[in-house]
Amino acid sequence: MGDGRLEIDRISKRFGDVIALKETTFDVRAGELFGFVGSNGAGKTTTMRIALGVLAADAGEVRYDGTPINLETRRHIGYMPEERGLYPKMKVAEQLVYLARLHGLGTAAARRSMEDWTERLGVAARRDDEVQKLSLGNQQRVQLAAALVHNPTILVLDEPFSGLDPIAVEVMSKVLLDKANDGIPVVFSSHQLELVERLCHRVGIIRNGQMVAVGTVDDLRAGGTVEMVVDAPGAPKGWADGLAGVTVRAHEGNRTILELGDGADDQEILRAALATGPVTEFSRRRPSLTELYRNVVSQGDEA
Amino acid sequence: MTEQPNVRLGSWSAVSLVAGREVNTRLRSKAFLITTAATLVLLIGASLVFKLIGGGSDATVGFTEQNAALAQPFKAVASSIGQNVDTKTVPSEEAGRDQVADQSIDALVVGDGTNVRVVVKKDLDDNLRNAFNVLAGQVVLNQEITKLGGDPAQVNSAVANAKVDVEELEEPYPYDPQQLVLGIIAGILIYMSLLLNGQMVAQGVVEEKSSRVVELLLSTIRPWQLMAGKVLGIGLVGLIQMVVIGGVGVATALALDVLTISATAAVGTVVWLVVWYLLGFLMYSLVFAALGALVSRQEDVGGVISPALMFVIVGYVIGISVLPSDPDNTLVETLSIIPVFAPTMMPMRLAMGGVPVWEAVVSVGLVVALIPALVWLAGKIYANAVMRSGARVKLSDALRQV
Repeated sequence: MGDGRLEIDRISKRFGDVIALKETTFDVRAGELFGFVGSNGAGKTTTMRIALGVLAADAGEVRYDGTPINLETRRHIGYMPEERGLYPKMKVAEQLVYLARLHGLGTAAARRSMEDWTERLGVAARRDDEVQKLSLGNQQRVQLAAALVHNPTILVLDEPFSGLDPIAVEVMSKVLLDKANDGIPVVFSSHQLELVERLCHRVGIIRNGQMVAVGTVDDLRAGGTVEMVVDAPGAPKGWADGLAGVTVRAHEGNRTILELGDGADDQEILRAALATGPVTEFSRRRPSLTELYRNVVSQGDEA
Repeated sequence: MTEQPNVRLGSWSAVSLVAGREVNTRLRSKAFLITTAATLVLLIGASLVFKLIGGGSDATVGFTEQNAALAQPFKAVASSIGQNVDTKTVPSEEAGRDQVADQSIDALVVGDGTNVRVVVKKDLDDNLRNAFNVLAGQVVLNQEITKLGGDPAQVNSAVANAKVDVEELEEPYPYDPQQLVLGIIAGILIYMSLLLNGQMVAQGVVEEKSSRVVELLLSTIRPWQLMAGKVLGIGLVGLIQMVVIGGVGVATALALDVLTISATAAVGTVVWLVVWYLLGFLMYSLVFAALGALVSRQEDVGGVISPALMFVIVGYVIGISVLPSDPDNTLVETLSIIPVFAPTMMPMRLAMGGVPVWEAVVSVGLVVALIPALVWLAGKIYANAVMRSGARVKLSDALRQV
C-alpha cells in the first residue's frame, strides 16, 4: 500500500475479566493530526501501548504503511507515555542522546538532534541539568523532546497537553502541526476537547473499548441535529410553538434555543420571531466537539 | 530536519548501550568513588599496621651473663611450641631489670644458671611461661644426668630424636596462616561486592519502574535486552572495583613484605576472586533483577530481595565464622560446592588453599550450568512484571503469564 498510514485494526485486549478493547479500529493518515478522545478508562492508553508494543494485543493488528508493525518499525515511532518517565538523576542532554541512540541513531546524529530539539522546545539552557531539577513544565518539554529526538516518522502521544501552561500549549500545538505538515501521521489523546477541535483534522471517540465515532468534526456534526438561537427580547413564551418541525429546547434569558427537525424552515422562524418585536440575534448553532462527545458518550450509557 | 536513517539496532548494540549508560552513570557516582577509595585506604592501612606490629619476633628475652648458656636451648624450646623468640645477653642484672621496666625486653632470666628465675614487668605471657617451664625441667634433668655420671648433651640428642611415628591415612594440608588471612579478606570483599552490586541491580530495575522511564525504553528495546544491559553494566562496574581493590591490595601487601607467600599464590587468589565474583554476581543479580521487577517503589526493594539475599549472607557468615579456625570443616566443604553458597564460600577456601581440584571444578561447573536456567527464568519474570506498576506483582502471576 505504502500510503504512510498508521492503522489500528480490530484490536482486542482483556485484563482478566475486564474487556479493555473490543475490536478497536481506526487509522491515522500521513500528514494528519488525529485526536483520540474518550473518558478515563475507555481504552486510549491501552490502544497506544499496544501500538508501541509495550503491551501485546489478544487479537488484531497494528500496521504502518501497509505492513504489520515490528520492533524495527516501532523505532520510528515517537512516543510520549501517559505516565511521564525519564531518569530523574540523568542530565537532559545525556538522557536525550541516550534515548536517540536506543532508537538507532549514531552518536553524532543523536547529539545534533538533541541540540536541535532542546533549542526548538526552549530547554537548551537546561541541557546540563538533571531532569529532577527542572520545573514540571520544562520536564514536559524534555519529555516531548524525548519523543521527537530520533526524528520519528509516526507520533503517538498520550495526553501531551495535560499539565501545560498556555504558552507551552502553543509550543506543543505548533510542533504537532509542523510534524503533521512534514507528512507523518500524528495521533494524540486529550481531554481538552476545544483544543482537539481546533487542532485536529480528524477525531476518534472511544467508549468502553470500542470506537463510537471517527471522522472530521464536521462529519460528526452531520448526523446530529441542527440548533438555532433566537434572541427576541419582546417575544412571549411559546412564540415558537406550532412552527412546523421546530422543538423548543430551552430558554436562556431572552434567548430561545430551537431544535430544527424535518420540514423546518428557518425563514419561517425568523418571520415568527420578527412578528413579536425586534430580533437581536438569529443564528445557527454548530454543536461543539464537547457537545457531540457528550451526546455520543451518553447515548452509549442509555443503551 | 534530517532524514530518518535506517534504524537497525542489533541486540548486542541495544544491550551495550544500556550497559554503557550504567557504567557511565555509576563510575561517576559519588557512592562508587567513595566506597572504592575507602576500601583501598582500609586495605593499605591494614597492610601498614601489619608491617609495623608484625614481622620479627613474638617476644624478646634477656639473659644475664651467668645464664647466657640457656639462651640457645630456650630458643629451641620456644620454637617447638610455635613461639618465635629473640634472645639477647644483658651486661648486668641491673641493666636487664631496667630494660624489663621500660619494656624493651619482655622477660629477663636471672640467677646462677642452676635453676630458672625470670623477672617480668607485670605477668608472664602464658606461652613464654610454658617455654620457661620446659626449660626449667631441662635444667633440672641435665643436673640429674650429670650427677648420675651421664652426658646431658648425649641424652638430650637421643631424646630429641625420639618422636612419635605418625602414619597419616590422609595427608593434611599445611594451611599457611597468611593464606587464612587472605581467605578472610577475600571472603569479605566478595561478600560486600555481591551484596552492594546485587542490590544495585534491584534498585536500578525499580528506579526505571518508579520513574516510569521503563515504558519509553521498552517501546524501542526488548525487556531481556534492558535487563541484560543493566546486569552486565553494573557487573562491569563491580568487576573494575574488584580488580582495582584486589590488585592494589595484593601489590601493597607484597611490596611491604607483609605477605610472604609467593606472588603466584597471591595472584591466584585475585584471579579466583574475580572468577567467583563474576559467577556469583551473574547468578545473584539475575535473581535480584527479576525480584526487583516485582515491586514499584524503592522502599519495597529490601523486602522483595531479602529471601535471595539471605543465601549470600548465610554463606558468608558460615564461611567467615568456621573457616579461619577450621579450614577443613566438612560442612563448609560440602556447602561450598552448592551453587547458592559457592560464590561466598569457595573463594575463601580457595584463598586459604588446600581445595581439591575436583571441588573447584565441580563448584564452578554447577554455577555455570545454572546460569542459563536463571537467564531464562529471570527474563520471563522480568518481562512479565516490569510493566506492571502499582502493587507488588505476585511471583506466581509473573511466572504464569506468557
